[in-house]
Amino acid sequence: MRLQKATVFGLYAVLELAAAPDRQLTVTEIADKYGISAHHLAKVLRDLGRAGLVDSVRGAGGGYRFVGDARRLTLMDVIRLFEDVEADADDQPQAGPGIAEGLRFVLAEVDSHTVPTLQSISLATMLKLVARRPWVNGSSGR
Amino acid sequence: MQTAPGVSALDGIRIRPATAADTGRIVALDQAVTGLPKPDYWQDMVARCQPPQDRRRFFLVAEDGDAIDGFIAGEIRSWEFGSPPVGWIFAVQVRPARRVRGLGTRLFEAVCDCFRDAGVHHVRTMVARDNTMIHAFFRSQGMTAGPFLELEMRLD
Repeated sequence: MRLQKATVFGLYAVLELAAAPDRQLTVTEIADKYGISAHHLAKVLRDLGRAGLVDSVRGAGGGYRFVGDARRLTLMDVIRLFEDVEADADDQPQAGPGIAEGLRFVLAEVDSHTVPTLQSISLATMLKLVARRPWVNGSSGR
Repeated sequence: MQTAPGVSALDGIRIRPATAADTGRIVALDQAVTGLPKPDYWQDMVARCQPPQDRRRFFLVAEDGDAIDGFIAGEIRSWEFGSPPVGWIFAVQVRPARRVRGLGTRLFEAVCDCFRDAGVHHVRTMVARDNTMIHAFFRSQGMTAGPFLELEMRLD
């Protein structure tokens, strides 16, 4: 699964805000932290607001804050706001020579791990993973 | 009340090693959750974890009064698939009415303590790809993909 830029920005924003739900952050603050386009992020945050994951506070000291349930919302819930996951899974040759079918079978095998993994990781679990940083000490076993 | 070695009391729930006398309640809890009766399987699993044995197999129950509200089973396996000794979790079950209160986490931590005390440094399990709930549970405990891939094929 290849994630679009908007999806990655959405994940950055939701996780950044969910890490401290009482805190409000402006588009610029988030964009600067991740080195991404504030213009693009503003559009993404409006989508997240329409989905009820973040709330905007207008005026001086305003910004966005997380209003979802970090223990229930999964990475896939956020991804589905920006990606047609089902269409992505079907985006393979449906029939043809044996080699094409064989490749489709193997690529489907790879994809079959992606969705369950993203569905099983809540925002709270993801934030715990970030805090633990297993990629630094190699505790993930990979 | 004095707590026996290997037993912890938390908010009225006691995590302790399973005994043969628990088998019926373990079978009933599993059947209530999965819909499948497996008395022989659980009887054998509990029996294999009873002393005297080599302290490589652990079957713990979460007891609240007379009720068993959850259980977890694990075993230390060595050198299969070239893997150094690692603690495997084969089963974990929590009564649906007692979920989302940290009972599964207590069971997980208790069996991890058993593995640590036995000198192993990694815990491993396997989950059905479509079982999002149990997959999310193990992820929430900090588990991530391990170094192995499971492969299989039909034989007919």
